[in-house]
Amino acid sequence: MSNLFEVKELRKSFGANLVLDNVSIEFPAQSATVIIGASGSGKSTLMRCMNLLEELNDGQILLDSQDISAYGIDLDSVRGKIGSVFQAFNLFPHLSVVQNITLAPRLVHGKSKDEADLLARTLLTRFGLAEKADEYPNLLSGGQQQRVAIIRAVATNPMLLLLDEVTSALDPVLIAEVLTLISELKNEGMTMVIATHEMGFAKKIADNIVFLHKGRVHESGTPEKIFNAPQTQELKEFLGALHQAGRL
Amino acid sequence: MTYQPSSLQLQREAAKRRASRRSTLIALASTFAAGLLVTIVVTGAQGYEKVKESFFNWHYAKLALPSVFHGLLLNLRVLIIAEFFVLLIGLLIAIARTTTSPVLYPVRLIATIYTDLFRGLPLLLVLLLVGLGIPGLRINWIPNSAVVLGTVALVLTYSAYVAEVIRAGIEGVNPTQRQAARALGLSQGQTLEHVVLPQAFRNVTPPLLNDFVSLQKDSGLISVLGAVDAIRAAGIQTAQSFNFTPYLVAGALFVLLTIPLTRFTDWLTRRQDAKQRAQGQW
Repeated sequence: MSNLFEVKELRKSFGANLVLDNVSIEFPAQSATVIIGASGSGKSTLMRCMNLLEELNDGQILLDSQDISAYGIDLDSVRGKIGSVFQAFNLFPHLSVVQNITLAPRLVHGKSKDEADLLARTLLTRFGLAEKADEYPNLLSGGQQQRVAIIRAVATNPMLLLLDEVTSALDPVLIAEVLTLISELKNEGMTMVIATHEMGFAKKIADNIVFLHKGRVHESGTPEKIFNAPQTQELKEFLGALHQAGRL
Repeated sequence: MTYQPSSLQLQREAAKRRASRRSTLIALASTFAAGLLVTIVVTGAQGYEKVKESFFNWHYAKLALPSVFHGLLLNLRVLIIAEFFVLLIGLLIAIARTTTSPVLYPVRLIATIYTDLFRGLPLLLVLLLVGLGIPGLRINWIPNSAVVLGTVALVLTYSAYVAEVIRAGIEGVNPTQRQAARALGLSQGQTLEHVVLPQAFRNVTPPLLNDFVSLQKDSGLISVLGAVDAIRAAGIQTAQSFNFTPYLVAGALFVLLTIPLTRFTDWLTRRQDAKQRAQGQW
């Protein structure tokens, strides 16, 4: 199977502080890759590099074999192919739910208003949010806001979906509804990269898990391999700490 | 289930009512005392009769009202045209100042110099320089009417203030909003138009209205160039009768003009505060 997306020998530093050191990861089409690691391990920076919100210091990012980190590439058109969802939802507070979802399809992908509206309402209905279509974001619960943010990201029909700690700001009940939505997208064949602290979810959804520690990939493999047969000392310690905290 | 207040709650509410009745009485008494004091001081002053005669003369007030009111219509016209250009130019300068591209450095520089200059110069000075200086150039196609040049001077000064208000609004929009828009593939321009500016204007509507109120009364300053607005009309009346009441008539009209807008601004500010509190509680 060919790789839809690939990160090659990526380095990223903020001043003298090297945050990502020689990170290489392959993302096959229709796979779910989960990135785990302690806070400060570089997960979020990696996610931000992958949707080109951060500039790289070295290495390459390939989308469908095209080097999207090359100098002079059209950033807007590349970002239009990668859907991103953030921890803090970042819905547009001055726009209704439908308007939030239709903004990019209309402006970036040239869809008519009717076409985009129909698409948005179809997606909202499918994911159980039809009655919220014309509400404003501040009237929605955190879980509903995050689901709208995910729908907004997939409404542009991206080749790849990046989910950066999308459940970290939510309580367990709301986490469950967001995770259900993500699982459904995975079943539809969406290629996704997920940074998360939800290990139960990681086990269930991941085809491949990548363990990041101090900016380096220490181990990667299937969930069974990572959770049941950790090789490196760092991963053993990380899993041990999760166990102690009752998160595993 | 219906709500039945307990006797404890009833006692509490009765005590509250007693306290608020007492506050009202105290407020009434102190207002009356203050009013009495002012009346005694003013009417007791040596020149009171003379001031009353030359500033509060009903006869001259009625006489001056039509021409002062006619002048006020000019103030209103100036106000509306000036406000349109102030918002337009202020917006352009604010956008210019918040750009980051190196190509646009000169634009940023000019915008910065402009706001520094016109926020620093007294409005009266700008009025005199534009109103008297530009006609002196004797360029044919530039109109030298006092009204037009006065409006230009108002626009020059107020655009600088309004640009700073709008810029504060733009910078007050959370950077994550811009990021979310860019991550969806929106261009810089689309992000500004559809995500940043709508939120920026919502945040700065009260201070913008405040500047609008201020422009409303400063439109009276064009009278120094000879435009026959409300103040100038009052001045002409005063010159004929040697009675200052027409100025008071003009003042009263300006206050009447600004009150609805200031009340509207207050109401809008309160409503926005309440809304933000509601948002903070989810």
